[in-house]
Amino acid sequence: MQDLTDQILELVRLAATDLPPDVEKSIREAMAREAPDSAARSALQTILTNVELARENSTPICQDTGTPIFYVYYPEGWSTRKLRQQIEAAVAEATRRAYLRPNAVNAISGKNSGDNLGGEHFPSIHFEEVEGESLHIDLMLKGGGCENVGAQYSLPNTELGAGRDLEGVRKVVLDSVYKAQGKGCAPGVLGVAIGGDRGSSYYASKEVLYRNMEQANPDPELQEMEERLTDEANQMGIGPMGFGGKTTVLGTKITGLHRLPASYFVSVSYMCWAYRRRRMTVKDDQISYQ
Amino acid sequence: MRELTIPLSNETIRSLKVGDSVTLSGVMMTGRDAVHKWMIDTFIKKTRQPEGDDREVYEAIKPILKDSVIYHCGPVVSGLETQDYKFVAAGPTTSIREEPYQGDVMRHFGIKGVIGKGGMGPKTLAACREVPGVYFHAIGGAASLIAQSVKKVLGVYKLDFGVPEAMWVIEVKEFPVVVTMDSHSNSLHAEIAQNSKAVLDELLAR
Repeated sequence: MQDLTDQILELVRLAATDLPPDVEKSIREAMAREAPDSAARSALQTILTNVELARENSTPICQDTGTPIFYVYYPEGWSTRKLRQQIEAAVAEATRRAYLRPNAVNAISGKNSGDNLGGEHFPSIHFEEVEGESLHIDLMLKGGGCENVGAQYSLPNTELGAGRDLEGVRKVVLDSVYKAQGKGCAPGVLGVAIGGDRGSSYYASKEVLYRNMEQANPDPELQEMEERLTDEANQMGIGPMGFGGKTTVLGTKITGLHRLPASYFVSVSYMCWAYRRRRMTVKDDQISYQ
Repeated sequence: MRELTIPLSNETIRSLKVGDSVTLSGVMMTGRDAVHKWMIDTFIKKTRQPEGDDREVYEAIKPILKDSVIYHCGPVVSGLETQDYKFVAAGPTTSIREEPYQGDVMRHFGIKGVIGKGGMGPKTLAACREVPGVYFHAIGGAASLIAQSVKKVLGVYKLDFGVPEAMWVIEVKEFPVVVTMDSHSNSLHAEIAQNSKAVLDELLAR
């Protein structure tokens, strides 16, 4: 089996310092919509200047390099134990090189491990065996500010008048955007999962954020819902950084899971504008990055 | 764009209004969750006894913070092994977590400005009126850009809190911020929250 430590290190560097093209494009389009001389436009301009600078200097886009969340899709024959060791080695080296901030704090002792390693859940690594010959590693860096404004609702929700249907989902998602205000580094992207148990629902709300922003939802009903939620969230006028403006949300991604008859969870993962995610593909000793 | 120099006078602070874009130059200090809790517990509410270098650090930071600015930031720092520290990425962190502490910390140390993101609540706004002080909003996530305005790392206290949580004393030049809470009880955040609530209520009623 190949040692991929150096290649994974490059994946981490790319994710931390080089914002994906679909996200950058979406921020540019948002800036064009904001009024000239507005605080919203100026904030988005600063964000784009920062994105360019980070790419040029290979420095982190945001100092909160977040929780590194890896999804590894491997063909038969790979050792997940060795892959885990290589990912951990790459993450520690990326921290040493200041692509990542030391972010793993022991919740009981309060000690920062200093190298972004902390037991089996930090970094967060998910393995799935797949058919075919290519190995894919997806990495998302999700910062704490936006993670803190994520929310989970159990429907029905009387206070919001939200029942167990898509209309109810719409109401709680809008409530989560209102509650986030600018604190999750708006304009954000909403990852929404409907159904599941509390755990699977939250996972799915993050997994849906690996989709390209321009990729349409395979379900036309959910596609329509995504567009409506983005539009209505933007009507709230919270704007970039919460300064007020037309762009509160850059996009919405929704997925559905099977649920228990008794449960109807809606989970919202709020992704900040620094929507850092990258994919690495290994096929026949060839490595490519998307 | 108005250029301000730290230390900040009461007169300067009172002249600032919500919406003003300004730059800051001078010496300030970073401090976030662990630091605010440590200040309150050890020296303000005194629910725990000072230990280790607590007292020494407290005496050292007092003159730094007086009439200066505290920056809610957990930077990415290079040169940790050689102690030749340099800020590589240094955007603001979400300020609202310090809401229980911030007002008392401002009063205790005579802090005139708080830099962060996302804004703060009524307790901090009240302290801004009293001290007086203001809340400066930096652009969240603009970490590489903001790091360029950090010219020098002058020192660090409580590095055992971890790199993001330590108190980094920095010299900044033309650090760009926007006043979003002023010393006259105005808060852009309160205003946006109120306006967006009205729209939310309308959307929920549909």
